Amino acid sequence: MDTRDLISILPLLVLAGWACLLLLIDLFVPRDRKSITAILAAIGISVALVINLMQLGEVRQAFNGMIVLDGFASLLITLFLAVGLIAIAQAYDYIKRRGIERGEYYSLLLFTLCGMLLMATAGDLIVVFLALELLSIPLYVLAGFARPQLESEEAAIKYFLLGAFASGFVVYGIALIFGATGTTALDGIVASFAATQENPVLLLVGSGMILVGLGFKVAVVPFHMWTPDVYHGAPTAVTAFMSVGAKAGGFAALLRVFLAAFPELSAAWAPMAMWIAALTMAWGNIAAIAQKNIKRMLAYSSIAHAGYILMALPAAANPTVAPEALRAVLFYLFGYAITNLGAWGVVVAMEKAEGGGLAIEDYSGLSNRRPGFALAMALFMLSLTGMPPTVGFIGKFYIFRAVIDADLIWLALVGVITSLISAYYYLRVIVVMYMRSGEPETRSESWLNATVWLTGLGTIVFGIVPGPLLALASQSWLSSLVP
Amino acid sequence: MPSDYLPIAVLIVLATAVAFIAILIGHLFGPRRPTVKKSDTYESGMRPIGPGTRRMSVHFYLVAVLFILFDIEIIFLLPWAVVLREIKILGLIEMVIFVLVLLVGFVYAWKKGALEWE
Repeated sequence: MDTRDLISILPLLVLAGWACLLLLIDLFVPRDRKSITAILAAIGISVALVINLMQLGEVRQAFNGMIVLDGFASLLITLFLAVGLIAIAQAYDYIKRRGIERGEYYSLLLFTLCGMLLMATAGDLIVVFLALELLSIPLYVLAGFARPQLESEEAAIKYFLLGAFASGFVVYGIALIFGATGTTALDGIVASFAATQENPVLLLVGSGMILVGLGFKVAVVPFHMWTPDVYHGAPTAVTAFMSVGAKAGGFAALLRVFLAAFPELSAAWAPMAMWIAALTMAWGNIAAIAQKNIKRMLAYSSIAHAGYILMALPAAANPTVAPEALRAVLFYLFGYAITNLGAWGVVVAMEKAEGGGLAIEDYSGLSNRRPGFALAMALFMLSLTGMPPTVGFIGKFYIFRAVIDADLIWLALVGVITSLISAYYYLRVIVVMYMRSGEPETRSESWLNATVWLTGLGTIVFGIVPGPLLALASQSWLSSLVP
Repeated sequence: MPSDYLPIAVLIVLATAVAFIAILIGHLFGPRRPTVKKSDTYESGMRPIGPGTRRMSVHFYLVAVLFILFDIEIIFLLPWAVVLREIKILGLIEMVIFVLVLLVGFVYAWKKGALEWE
């Protein structure tokens, strides 16, 4: 180990150290002035973000290959930290009005971010597992943060039990892979299997188990059962963070592990991922139609979007399409994060203190009461559907194109048809907002408003001028795939 | 090779079968004459007091978790102390960081009153 190793994970170190310090500082912050903790947390994330942006474009390995810093990792870290900043802004007034303002909220948020950062840079299955736990455990606590409210506690215990089960799958998978190849390093697994061609069965079962465990984290069918309940029960600001951050973290690991460690087995896992993606898109979108509660609807919508993102994995199994597919995923993750955080921001603003105001019917007449918010929400819904000129359209366009270029025409067809189905429930929100009369109560909290305006702006700007982000995404390459 | 696992598979099947058969035989042929005393809660011959499941103070769990924390610290400290001469100053620094991280958790638990017992 030398200082270069430490510099490679400097954003992570800053964040982790700051989270520990914040835990101690918060002990001395008086109960009615917890906003100090929020601002300190935001400062910590900003510092990590600046360091990360300075490292953008560097490619190197650290800690004997345990950590891989490449374009893929740097870009995702940028995404995670930005999501963390927005999450703090959205929670700032929300947890005050829900009466759950405790300083630990921000420390836990920082610890989760640490897990995500580690996830993006993991070059070894053990680090993947460590990151997975670091990402998950604070999230379990955050899901139950509105205790003693029963819904929130239920969400936490459900998420914890099922999450622990999924982690078990990942560890067992890692153990089997270690048994088959004698290593847990991602590049070591490829090298070992290519050299000996031994134990393909063990390796297959192991990779399948990792797919199950990570599939649970990103909520793909049939491992999605927890999603609606947890997203519904958790405090809305946590749900917003979870639906974007945890998902992107899970996909970061999924893509790196499968493309870097198991390329030789792609004939086996590509069809599996294909079917999971198709099922996820179909079931997520169909189940969302029946939802009357906006949190549950957005939960199913997030399941459906996990399906769209997963489509890129079988496409990337084809080496000639891999660069295109990877670029599409990165762009989609950014677009999805911007849009979804915005949509959840509106939900946070509409939620009443007693937990009411969450039915889709409660949005009637929003266009009269808060024309700006209604317009932003309409934009987010259009973007989630995939309509131009929003970022959602561009994201879907590139994902579908990568899938078609990989000769998976039927998968692209499933994607297009389910997108059409999804228009029904996304557009229903717009119809309710603009064509029904009602007197919805909304809150106007400056930080929350700022996130909605910012994401709304991002949704439209990246929809019209996707070029710079696309260029950035196409340079962000998995270092292990460099030919 | 998968065929190497055949004996283990046979063992699993046999073990499960034997367990089931033992329970089944006892169930089929054993005499059953229940009395109030017999079907009462068994507490090592003591007279049972209250139901078997009682609410426990969450403090027990807190103390248990804190115990595990320091238990693990000891587990790491022992081998570290043995090889400290070989790993030199770098090992010392790393252990200081490790202990500091644990200390953060300890101070937090202390200030939050996890160690107080009402």
